[in-house]
Amino acid sequence: MEIRPILSALMRSKVSMILIGLQVALTLAIVCNALFIIGQRMERMNRPSGMNETDTFWFGSVGFGQGYDARSVLKSDLEVLRRMPGVADATTTNSVPMSDGGWQSGISLQPKQKTSTANSTMYIVDSHALDTYGVKLIAGRDFKPEEIEDHPFGDRLQPKVVIVTKALADKLFPGGDALGKPIYLDEDPPTSTIVGIVERTQQPWIDSDTIENSTFIPAFMPYGNRTRYLVRAEPGRRDEVIKAVEQKMSEVNPSRIIGKIRTIEQVRQEGYAGDRAMAIILAAVIVALLTITALGIVGMASFWVAQRTKQIGTRRALGATKFDILRYFQTENFIITTLGLLVGGVLAYALSLWLMHAYQSPRLPWYYVPIGFVCLWLLGQIAVLGPALRASRVPPAVATRSV
Amino acid sequence: MFAYYLRLGWASLRRNPILTTLMVLGIALGVGTSMTTLTVMYLMGSDPIPWKSSALHFVQVDNWDPAQGYNADGSPPDQLTYRDAMAFLQAHKADHQAVMYKVSMPVQPDNADIKPFNSLGRATSADFFAMFEPPFKYGGSWDRGQDDQHARVVVLSDKTNEKLFGGSNSVGRRVRLNDIDYDVVGVLAPWQPRIKFYDLTNGSLSAPEGFYLPFSTAIELKTGSAGNNSCWNNTNSGWDAYLESECVWLQMWVQTDSAATYEGYRAYLDNYVAEQKKLGRFPRPSNNRLLNVREWMTDQKVVSGDVEVQSGLSLAFLAVCLLNTIGLLLSKFMRKSGEIGLRRALGASRRQIFAQHLIEAGVIGISGGLIGLLLTFAGLWIVRLLYADFAKVATLDWVMVLATILLAIAASLLAGLYPTWRACRVVPALQLKTQ
Repeated sequence: MEIRPILSALMRSKVSMILIGLQVALTLAIVCNALFIIGQRMERMNRPSGMNETDTFWFGSVGFGQGYDARSVLKSDLEVLRRMPGVADATTTNSVPMSDGGWQSGISLQPKQKTSTANSTMYIVDSHALDTYGVKLIAGRDFKPEEIEDHPFGDRLQPKVVIVTKALADKLFPGGDALGKPIYLDEDPPTSTIVGIVERTQQPWIDSDTIENSTFIPAFMPYGNRTRYLVRAEPGRRDEVIKAVEQKMSEVNPSRIIGKIRTIEQVRQEGYAGDRAMAIILAAVIVALLTITALGIVGMASFWVAQRTKQIGTRRALGATKFDILRYFQTENFIITTLGLLVGGVLAYALSLWLMHAYQSPRLPWYYVPIGFVCLWLLGQIAVLGPALRASRVPPAVATRSV
Repeated sequence: MFAYYLRLGWASLRRNPILTTLMVLGIALGVGTSMTTLTVMYLMGSDPIPWKSSALHFVQVDNWDPAQGYNADGSPPDQLTYRDAMAFLQAHKADHQAVMYKVSMPVQPDNADIKPFNSLGRATSADFFAMFEPPFKYGGSWDRGQDDQHARVVVLSDKTNEKLFGGSNSVGRRVRLNDIDYDVVGVLAPWQPRIKFYDLTNGSLSAPEGFYLPFSTAIELKTGSAGNNSCWNNTNSGWDAYLESECVWLQMWVQTDSAATYEGYRAYLDNYVAEQKKLGRFPRPSNNRLLNVREWMTDQKVVSGDVEVQSGLSLAFLAVCLLNTIGLLLSKFMRKSGEIGLRRALGASRRQIFAQHLIEAGVIGISGGLIGLLLTFAGLWIVRLLYADFAKVATLDWVMVLATILLAIAASLLAGLYPTWRACRVVPALQLKTQ
């Protein structure tokens, strides 16, 4: 192998070598960390909310005018909604996963407990909630219609029964025996009994670190003149049902305003807009970066080939095969890239450390850098192939000509 | 001479169009990407009210649970209880003080052709207008006297006025909000600070409110908050109990026009909390804060980590583009060694060679900069598509246009410097010999 002549040739154009090497190094550091961030964001965006997102939508209603009774409107609205064609089920609720607004509270196991045992989102719903949300009951039972209490807003909420998510049940009762246990939603008795456990329902806050701690509370509880509904349409009929609901709701009661109807798919879209934007922007930077680096290698290699045309001709005249010439340039690129990658590996971990320090991001997993090595080696070899092929086609006769 | 070098440079660049395009695109991409992200970061972080940002202070006291702090890092809640806010408001210890919260109300137009609609508003004190200086189109703000009387008055945003009164001067007319009639006392001109710094709790990029009404009036009408509300101590039922509770839901700003007033206000706060501790409130260690606008924006991380990481990575990308251009220019100039040697032998000084090549590099830089500027516009357009609420922070102002061009020129000169220096080190005799 002709490593030595390659090295001595490289030593004569140190600066160019350093420039390409540095470029490769920075590229590796940025690409590894950017890819890792993109991966984290995708993972976040792919977390299941636990509910049926494709067939559901939700909206609010604000009443006005003398004698507007939100509680009776709430009950009649639900009846109207459930009777509409195409509607699978409907419930009253105060929030949905990923919507970034809701009610969070502490749950305790003892009266007057100083620090609550777990934090949970409170979804204030009726006996149609599990069916409408489309969450899976894995233990116990659903709410019964007679368990839904009329509740004045602002009063302490101490329902007789609640349904919790598995995550919350495990947090409160690590022994796995949460079903039938009493919990305190407030400091004092009465307690609320866990009658059901659902597989998963996310909180409304996507940044929450206890995102699957949720509680369903059975109550009719309008917020002033405001009520909110979640509706699940029969599969494939969501959009037509939305139109019908919009019309029907204003018809049945003109002294109120129906807020914008949002599908849960839109709620997800909006909730994760920031993560998606970050992933797209970083992906664009990665593509641009790899393109620039590849083109840089092409440019530099072309220059070297042109500069050394005469030597190449001489080597060919002295018996080197086309393949030898090709291999020369490929090897040269491999050496430069490798030197750059070694520096880049250190840079990648340094960048990761800085991100950990400044933004509490997790550590870059070790395998990103070796994978980056392979990718950039390939990129370099492919980029240099064109100029190297051109070099291999230099005829031996060039050696005898003067430039 | 300059024109001649420009012509030489142009000819040289045209001789190798692919290499030239590569260099120009390199600079353009690097400049475009970094300026896009830097613009967003700069606009998000820039002072929204520079003429008085150091006089406006956000009031914080820590009334929270002794067992568990409000924030993990130990900083006090970002809002106040009604009791504390009222005490601070009535004390009048600052030059101006405003308490505020976000409300949501149905608007019921008299005109039957306009459908009722829901609008977000702000319940606040008269001083709000003097402190944050929204421009008035018609009329003006209500006064402190009307605050005291719980007056049924309202200031409309330009948009709401447009919707209800077709944009005409509506001062003196009536607006019905949630079944209560209010007299319009003022209409704002279009106003949207880049960052909604006076309510970072409920979204730093959220839209401005549709109307403003006196805080005292909203409280009298038992208007609940449409914004964030956090409670820790159990409370009894009902509105009056809520007002007495330890729930935090109000924001308070004070304006102190002198250092003495500021110090006085700090002392007042410390004193107030000490007094309350004697009454059994404020169980946590005293933790009063009085941050100004910029400090508060930094504390609340208005410039998000994502935006900072994007800017950092795109600057690193610019560095790669520069390395790329240096390498390509270097090869290009080295390839011209023969020509340079000839010119030197014919009497061109090093200085002249230097000028000639720096101009060539400059041409690349300026073309790259101009294309980069276009790319920045395109990039910001994409950012606005990706982040629906970035409309106000993803636009180029003249400062950033200038900065873009300067960055491009600086970048290309930086990239051109070393290759140019190498070019004028060419030894004429050596080059001529090899020919």
